[in-house]
This record gives sequence, C-alpha cells and structure tokens, in this order.
Amino acid sequence: MNTEIFGVIAMFVITVLLAIPLGRYIGKVYNGDKTWLDFIFNPVDNLFFKAGGIKPEKEMTWQQSMVALLVINLVWFLLSMLVLMSMSWLPLNPDGNPSMTPDLAFNTTVSFVANTNLQHYSGETGVSYLGQLLLMFFQFVSAGTGMAACAVVFKAIKEKSTQNPGNFYNYFIKSCTRILLPLSIVVAIILMFNGTPMTFKGKDQFISMQGDTVNVSRGPAAAMIAIKQLGTNGGGYFGVNSAHPFENPNYFTNMVENICIILIPAALIFALGYMLKRKRFTWIVFGIMTLGFLLLVIPSIYNEKHGSTAVGKMGILQSHGSTEGKEVRFGAAASAYWGISTTVTSNGSVNAMHDSFTPLTGMFAMLGMMINSFYGGVGVGFLNFYIFIIIAVFISGLMVGRTPEFMGKKIEAKEIKIASIIALLHPFLILVGTAIASRLYAHDPTAYAGWLNNPGNHGFSEMLYEFTSSSANNGSGFEGLGDNTPFWNIACGTVMLLARFLPIIGPVAIAGILAKKKYVPESAGTLKTDTSTFGIMVFAVIFIVAALSFFPALALGPISEFFGMR
Amino acid sequence: MSIHRRTQRLFESSLVKEALGQSFIKLNPRIMFRNPVMFTVEICTAIMLAVCIWILTGEKTQGGLVYNIIVFAVLFLTLLFANFAEAIAEARGKAQADSLRKTREDTPAKKIFPVGEILTNEVKIVPSSQLSKGDLFLCEAGDIIPMDGEIIHGIATIDESAITGESAPVIREAGGDKSSVTGGTKVLSDHIKVRVTTEPGESFLDKMIALVEGASRQKTPNEIALTILLAGFTLIFIIVCVTLEPFGKYANTPITIAAFISLFVCLIPTTIGGLLSAIGIAGMDRALRANVITKSGKAVETAGDVDTLLLDKTGTITIGNRKATNFYPANGVAIDAFIQACALSSLADETPEGKSIIELSNLDKNSFNTTGAKFIEFTAETRSSGIDLPNGLKILKGAFDSIRNIITKAGNDFPVETADRVKIISSNGGTPLVVSENGKVLGVIELQDIIKPGINERFERLRRMGIKTVMVTGDNPLTAKFIAEKAGVDDFIAEAKPEDKMVYIKKEQQQGKLVAMMGDGTNDAPALAQADVGVAMNSGTAAAKEAGNMVDLDNDPTKLIEVVEIGKQLLMTRGTLTTFSIANDVAKYFAIVPALFIISIPALQGLNIMHLHSPESAILSAVIFNAIIIPLLIPLALKGVAYKPIGASALLRRNLLVYGLGGVIVPFIGIKLLDMIVSIWF
Repeated sequence: MNTEIFGVIAMFVITVLLAIPLGRYIGKVYNGDKTWLDFIFNPVDNLFFKAGGIKPEKEMTWQQSMVALLVINLVWFLLSMLVLMSMSWLPLNPDGNPSMTPDLAFNTTVSFVANTNLQHYSGETGVSYLGQLLLMFFQFVSAGTGMAACAVVFKAIKEKSTQNPGNFYNYFIKSCTRILLPLSIVVAIILMFNGTPMTFKGKDQFISMQGDTVNVSRGPAAAMIAIKQLGTNGGGYFGVNSAHPFENPNYFTNMVENICIILIPAALIFALGYMLKRKRFTWIVFGIMTLGFLLLVIPSIYNEKHGSTAVGKMGILQSHGSTEGKEVRFGAAASAYWGISTTVTSNGSVNAMHDSFTPLTGMFAMLGMMINSFYGGVGVGFLNFYIFIIIAVFISGLMVGRTPEFMGKKIEAKEIKIASIIALLHPFLILVGTAIASRLYAHDPTAYAGWLNNPGNHGFSEMLYEFTSSSANNGSGFEGLGDNTPFWNIACGTVMLLARFLPIIGPVAIAGILAKKKYVPESAGTLKTDTSTFGIMVFAVIFIVAALSFFPALALGPISEFFGMR
Repeated sequence: MSIHRRTQRLFESSLVKEALGQSFIKLNPRIMFRNPVMFTVEICTAIMLAVCIWILTGEKTQGGLVYNIIVFAVLFLTLLFANFAEAIAEARGKAQADSLRKTREDTPAKKIFPVGEILTNEVKIVPSSQLSKGDLFLCEAGDIIPMDGEIIHGIATIDESAITGESAPVIREAGGDKSSVTGGTKVLSDHIKVRVTTEPGESFLDKMIALVEGASRQKTPNEIALTILLAGFTLIFIIVCVTLEPFGKYANTPITIAAFISLFVCLIPTTIGGLLSAIGIAGMDRALRANVITKSGKAVETAGDVDTLLLDKTGTITIGNRKATNFYPANGVAIDAFIQACALSSLADETPEGKSIIELSNLDKNSFNTTGAKFIEFTAETRSSGIDLPNGLKILKGAFDSIRNIITKAGNDFPVETADRVKIISSNGGTPLVVSENGKVLGVIELQDIIKPGINERFERLRRMGIKTVMVTGDNPLTAKFIAEKAGVDDFIAEAKPEDKMVYIKKEQQQGKLVAMMGDGTNDAPALAQADVGVAMNSGTAAAKEAGNMVDLDNDPTKLIEVVEIGKQLLMTRGTLTTFSIANDVAKYFAIVPALFIISIPALQGLNIMHLHSPESAILSAVIFNAIIIPLLIPLALKGVAYKPIGASALLRRNLLVYGLGGVIVPFIGIKLLDMIVSIWF
C-alpha cells in the first residue's frame, strides 16, 4: 500500500486504540472511582482544593457551576489583558518583544481563554516568554473548562433525577491535573527527544553557508506544543505553528501531534459510555462522528494527492500531489489528514498552509468547523453534538408517536428553545460576520485592499474561513488575510467570546433541566437512541441544519473556485 | 369496536366551500401571527406585492413584471393553501360536532317548578333552552330528553342511538353508576325525574365544538415545542438569506428581491408550518369520529404517550357477566335435586348470574310454587342470597367463605370434596357459588367468565406498542390470575376496591409512567382525575364525567385502545411531516442556489445538477412545488399517518425511509417536472 496512505490509516487506528482506554480512565476520574494514579494525584488535588478553598464534595446546581465557570474565565481575561499589554517591561523577555495594542491584546486574550488560539500575532516577535507561559496556562485551563462543563453534562445525563450534577471546580481541577497534565508531560518529553526546544534562553545564532548571521527564535516550546494539541487549543509557539521544524520536527512527531489532536475529544465519548454504562450508545455517537470525519477527510486526501487542476493545466507533473504550501517531510496525505483533524476538533494548529489547499479541501476544512461536532473540541465537541441529539430526538420521537424522550427524560418546549438558539448561533455568527466584512469590502475595495491577498472567490473564502474559525473556536487561519487590524481583532474577538460561552451554557442548561425531570422508564414504545437508525437521523439533522445552511456561502467561495478551475 | 356511522368524504363540497371562504378570512395578520412560519410567508408576500408595484412605477433591476407577479401569486397561493388546510380541518370537525348537536335542538322539556303557580312541584312545558343547571324535569315514554342530566328518581329504557348509533335500548336508573342521560336521546318506557347537570352551552359537546373551532384551542405542549423548533429553523434561514445580499455584492452578483424571497420561502418549513394546526384539529376530529369527546387537545396527545392501561374486567376483557356453566352436587346429593335447589334459590335473583343459573337448569321459572316463600336478598355483609320456603327449607347460595361460616355455625363440617371442587373451579378462572340447605352443603355452581373473542390480539398489539395492560376485577386473586393469563394482560388487581385503582395509578405515576383508565361510577371519579388520561363513559355518573378528560359516547370499554392509537397518530403525523418538510430543503437548495449566481458565475452551472432550464424557471419551479405540496399533503394531515405497532426503532426506520428519504427525492423529481413545464415560458 502507498506508505502515505498507510501512515494516515495508522494514525487513525492508533488514535482510536488509545482513546478507548483513556476514555475509561477519564470516566473513572469524573465518576470519582479509584484509579491506579490516585496515589500521586490525591495529594496534588488536595493541595489545589485547600489553596482554592474548594470543597469537592459540595454539590452544585448547574447554574452555580456555570457562574463558577464564567467567574474564573473573567479573572483569566483580566489577568491576560494586563500581562499582554505590559509584557515589554515585565520579566522573561530576552528578545525584547513589544507589548500588544489593546485590540490585539483583546483578540489574543479572548482567543486563548476561549480555547480558540486564533493568532493575529507571530509568536517569535509578538510575545515575551512570560506571555507565552501565560498563554500556555490558558491552554490548560481553557481545555479544563470545556472538559469540566462536559463532565457536568455527563453527570446530568447519568443521574436518574438530580438537582446537582456535580461540582464544577472538582471536575475542572481533576481535568487539568489528572488528564491534561500527565498526558502533556509525556508528549512534551517525546517532542523534546525529537528536537523541539525547551529553554528560557533568548534567540540563538548561526552563520549560514552564505556567511549571513541568522537569528533563530527558541524558548519553552515543547511544553506548549504538547498542550496545544491535547487541549484542542492549536496556538503555536512559533508563527507558522506545526509547520515549523522546531514545533514539529519530523514525520514521527507529526504522527504524535496529530494523534493528540483527536485523542481527548474521542476519549470523552468513551468516557460517557463508561459513565452511563451504555456501550451501544457510545459506539453510535462515535460512529456518527467518525462517519462525518471520514466523509470530510477521505475526499480531502484524494484531492491533495491528485494535486491542483490549475497547476495540472500548466503541464506540471504532480506525482506527489498538491505540494504548494505543504512541508515535504509530511507529504500531501498527512497534511490533508491534519487539516481535517484540526478543523473538526476545533484545534486549529496547522502543519500546512490551509490557504493553499485545493478548493474543495478548503471547503471540507470549513465544513468541519461549521459542523464543529465531529469529535469537536475537548468537552465542547460533545456539547455541540448534544444539541443535535436533542433536535434529532425531538423530531424522531414525534415520528414514533410519543412525546420525545432522551435517556428517560421528556424533551419539551424549554429544551427545544435552548437547543434552537444554540443551533442558530453558529450560522448567525459566521454568516453575519462574513456579511459585514463582505459589505465593507464591496463598498470600498480600495480602502480595505490590505485585507485580502486574493480577490474574488478565494478572497471570500478567506473571510468566511476567518469567521468560521473564530465561531468554531478553532483558531486556524486561511491566512492570506491581513487580520491584525482593529476590525478583525474586535470582530473575531467578539465572535469567539459569544461562540465559546453560549454553546457551553446552552447544553449544560438543557442537561441540568432534564436532570431535574422525572425519570421515565423505557418501554417498547420508547425511541431507542442506540440504534443505527437514530444515528442516521442525527447525521441528517447535522447535515441539513449545520452544513446546508452554509451552502449558499460556500457556493460563492470554494465551490465557485472549484468549478472555475475546471 | 364502535360503529363509525358518520363517515364523511375527505372533501365534501359544502365543507370545501366554507373552508375556501375561511382561507381568506384567516389571512388577517392578527390570526396569522399564531403561526410564525406562515406569518413570515405573509410578510414575504406583502414584500413581493410591493416589488410588483415598484416595477410598475418603472424599476428595471428586479426582473420582468410577469415573473414577479407569478412569484407573488404563488406565495399568495401558498398562504391560501395553508389556511385552507386549517379551515377544512375545522370545517370537518365542526360538521362532525354539528351532527351531534342537531340531536339536541330545542325540544320541549317538562320542567318541574318546586313552587308553581298553582301547586308545588308543578310540571310545565318549557323549551329546553330555558333549563339551567340544577333544574329538574320529567321524562316519560316517547319523550326526547332535553338536556344532559342525572336521574334522581325512577328507571327507564332509553334509545341512545342518536348519540351512539347503537340501536339496542339501554337501561338507566337513579342511583348507581348508570344514572346519566344525554340530551337528544329518547325514553322508550317508564318515566324518570332528571336533574340538569350542565349550563346551556357548557356541555362537553359544546366544549369540544369550541375546541375544534379554534376559539378556545390551545396549543398542546408538543405543538408548542415543535412551533419553537420551526421558528428556529425559520430564523436560521432568515440569516442565510439576508447575509446573501452582501455576499452577492462582494461577488458582483446582484440578486433580485424575488430570488431572495423565493429562496427563503422555499427553505423555511412551510409544509409542516402550513399543516401543523390542521393536524392537531384532525386529531380531535378523529377522536370525535370514534365517538370520544375530548376536553382538550392535550388529552389526545397524552393518550399517545400512555404506558399503562387500567381496564375493568367486566365488559372489556370478558363479555358482560359471568354465566353458570356447571352444577357439582356434593356427595350423596342427587343431581336433579341439586339443580332444583339451585333454581329455587335463584328465582328472585335478578342479577345476570342468577338468571344464568335458571337458564342452565333448564327449568321453567313458573313451574315453581312460591306462595308464602320469602326471598333473601343479596347483601354485602352476608354475601349470599336465597329463599325461605314455607315448608321450613332455607336454601342459600353465595361465596365459599360466607356459606362455610353458615355451615360451621350450624355445627356441620364442610365436605372436603366440595372444598376441593371450589378450589378447582377457582383455579380454572371460574367463580364457585356454594349452595346450602338448612346448614348443609348441597353442592357448587360453577360460574365462568367468557373472554371476548379477539381481545388477546388487541393486548398483544398494545404490548408491541409498549403499553402495559392491567385488569381490574373484584374477583379473588386465583380467578383473576387465570383470566389475566387467558386474556393476555400483563398485570391484574384482584378483589379491587375503588381506592385500589387509585393506589395502583399513583404507584405507576411515581415511576414516571402515564396511566390511562376508563370508568363510570362515582367512586371511579378520584381515580379518573388522578389518571393522566381518564375516559368516562357517557352512561356514567356526572361526577365521573367531570373527573375524566374524555367522554366515550359509546360506553365501549375497549375504546381506550383506539384513543391511544389516535394520540400516537397525531404525534407521528407531525413528526413525519416535519421530517418531510426539512428533507425537501436539500433539493430546493440545489434548485435555487445555482440559479442565484449562474448569471455572474457561469462556472456554477456545475451545481445545477437537475439541469433546470433557466434561473427564472428554476426559482418558479421551486416555489410552485413548495406551494402545491401543501394541498397534496392535506389528506395525509387529516387522515394521519398510519400507526403500526412494530416497535419504535422499526417504526422510525420505516418513517425515516418514507418521509425522510422520500422527502429528499420527491422534490428533485417534482421540481424537475415543473421546470419542464415552466421552461416553455421562462
């Protein structure tokens, strides 16, 4: 078999094989069951609980959990604004990098607190080491926030009838200490052994063969790269992210990092299965997500392997596929696989230039973010998927002649209202944002000429991609977009903020409300949610509600470009 | 099964005429506002009208006048079709209700005035409309009962065929559970004194009519949730369409208002939006057609969710009453003498059991000499009845334990073989009646329940629907168990007292289950009120009817099963049409989106997978399809999607295939066919 394809398949298989036991472990952590790592982590957690005055056994209502979530995020937001706007004269700045402008600081802060890691700056010149360390801290806690919210939902689904689906702080601390931290240490060590720097020294220097002196940026990168992949953050240490030889030195590290991208989102599904003791349901959810992922990734790999039609027309042989904008050490297939993995999971780290993907691959990457629930971000991926489950349960419940129920709880007007608003929010933010940008540009193309590298369809894709990436809390860029301007910083920052917290609060609210309801035992007339028929229903809802809403926009962007190239 | 007499064609011309008029009246925005999906269509129609006028004043950028007028006309039709669906459902419901109401047109009533002009309790003939709650009236043989009421004195045979369609007369009498009479029915014999139980215009039927007419129709919880979801979809498509304007600007693709509006109207779920209220009304109408009057739309919907069904044994599971099937004399008693004694003891017994004993004995009632005999009536304490003959013989028959008490009190032993026989009869589902003569056992009469033919299959059907059936009976546990097994019910309550039903219902509800029950007696009223779906029989007491949320005019205990299916159909019809409506969007996107951009981006011809002729023809075909699918689906909305008890997953698979996949494919074909016609002009 073609080794490139084999490499991709191997990555996926290893991901799933690792996700299953990890999911069991995560399930145990959230259940409060004993694990073999307790002897290390019990003292660590107790330290945090004591320091924070947290009583992990104290039950919280879902509203209390959400207030806690918002408050700690607000604290981080203020802290980050402070540091980023004053880091030029704070310690740990060997390269003398400047402070950020307020709009860029706002964008960067929101971006990291919201687990998006959209970077309108370049790491080498844009932030100090202190700034990098602070951002790394956010990569942990924002991932932990998402996972803790997801744990609240898991617990709410699990309990037959409860007011208190668990303690947010407890889930949050444990997500960081017991799941993210140990995995990150392992991954960081692997990266260090493969050449990723981990130092506090300033720029290194060497003299090139032409005799020029070249400054090489370095820093505490290995640690940050590990968590950026595991926590679906995606914010790179260096500007070009995982295409940089220090961030992603070789094919092996590429595999490790790519596995990390999907690992925890996939493992959380198995964690749910462990907690609910519903294997079939887990496999249905995992199956739908995998089906969606494969439907995006297979044509993408095919497209990249076959190269660009436009380049082909010039008579250039593309035996290695479309290589423009890609690293030769990874190749077309692994780059396409990464491109889709990073967009479906809201990770956003890149190992290739997404701007240079063939039009349809670019569209599939966007679709991954528009749907945002095929695995999805850590924790939040399932929360998004949960919304689609609720809508699918409602319609199919009616179709079998019963008031719809999910896991023994009746779905009624209130839940549908919340689910509708959340399902609506994502297309709203993306389309309205892009519409405003299009409007401004169309109104006065010369004034905004700096925005777009490419006019026409591709330029449209660049704007659409930027808002999609912000709203999906993804953080990757199509690039080619002059995005460090007040408009883009503030617009994207606002979108990220709304798209982060509302889709967390919505599903938690639904789960919390459902948890309080009376449990209805299953009967032969109850809709089974662990059948492939129901899986198809969920998939159809995702396809029609999430994907097709963007069809007109995509038609003007990548689809026009695709047909235009032929 | 009830007799469905009032069959009606789906579109009777008189109803269609009325509905057509209503379709226009319902265009009033204030009425339209109740339905957010169709309300947005109404706004779009108004915008299109404005566009047409704008073009008339000389605007050139919005395409041809004829094309715009057609878009406007099609949108207008879409509105009318949706209104028509609702109106025809209402008209049918009303016609149904009217035919019932006709039976109670003004009839003369013999009202009793406690203090009359001349006498106290004077009887005067007044029109029935002058009767109000609490009034008393008299009815004699040949009279039409003027108002719903409760008999307070007397007994009468009544012809209820006007209401139930059943021609066999029924007996109604004061006291007990069969004391209710319905206005419009006819007294055949005897005379009764009746107290009016409802104010004029407030009978169940009047309430039902108001429900159907929409005046007091409230949306059911599922309907509200679905409306919210549909409004959510509508909002998404508003965003999709509004943002297209700047996108088009950016791509230098001017999009006409007609194209925007068409895309929007096609994408929003107009099919289900237009049919939603019709489906709800049709559900209540179907209940009425099954001779069940519902007090709210919610009750019908809840019926579809029922998990547990409480059914009285007598009349539901077994035919009428027990019948004597065998005589078992005790040792040393001659069979003929025993039969003679049995018949003697039952001479004055007017219960169906007593009559059946005479029947089985094959003896002539009149051949007995009963002069000077004293009949011993059945009482709840003695639980036995019989005869005291002048020659000193005292024959008693009754339940095993009560007779045993008498025997042992008389100092005699209860024969072992008779006790064994009693056990055998009980364990075979029969009821033993022990007969004694002056403190000595004569033998046992076996009474057997006759299980209704076909009831087994009905319970099997319910089980496949996921509904648990519970038999309620006064029988002892052994008998109850036998009948329960034979009939195929899942559980039973034996030796049931009225409060046992209540306890059972509460227990089930505690587990989160919805319970339905049927009842008639006043002592059923609390349980009827407690049950999620309580169906009271029309013959039942006023209290029972007040407590339940449905009234069955046929007094047919198996009606619950039909009600459950009607409820399920109602929800299914909504679900499947929603799926169909949303699935349609796939084809509509592929029809309209290329049409929007093809002029300025010819490359997008590649998206025109249906090869529609021109942008105009594509848009027109899509909106026309969107409009005509509504009337095409009206019959389905009114009749309801057939419910098949094949299990939820299989049902979902089936409906998803028919309405989901069908909903994807049908518009592709429909729009293509329409395009072939429209392309002649555009």
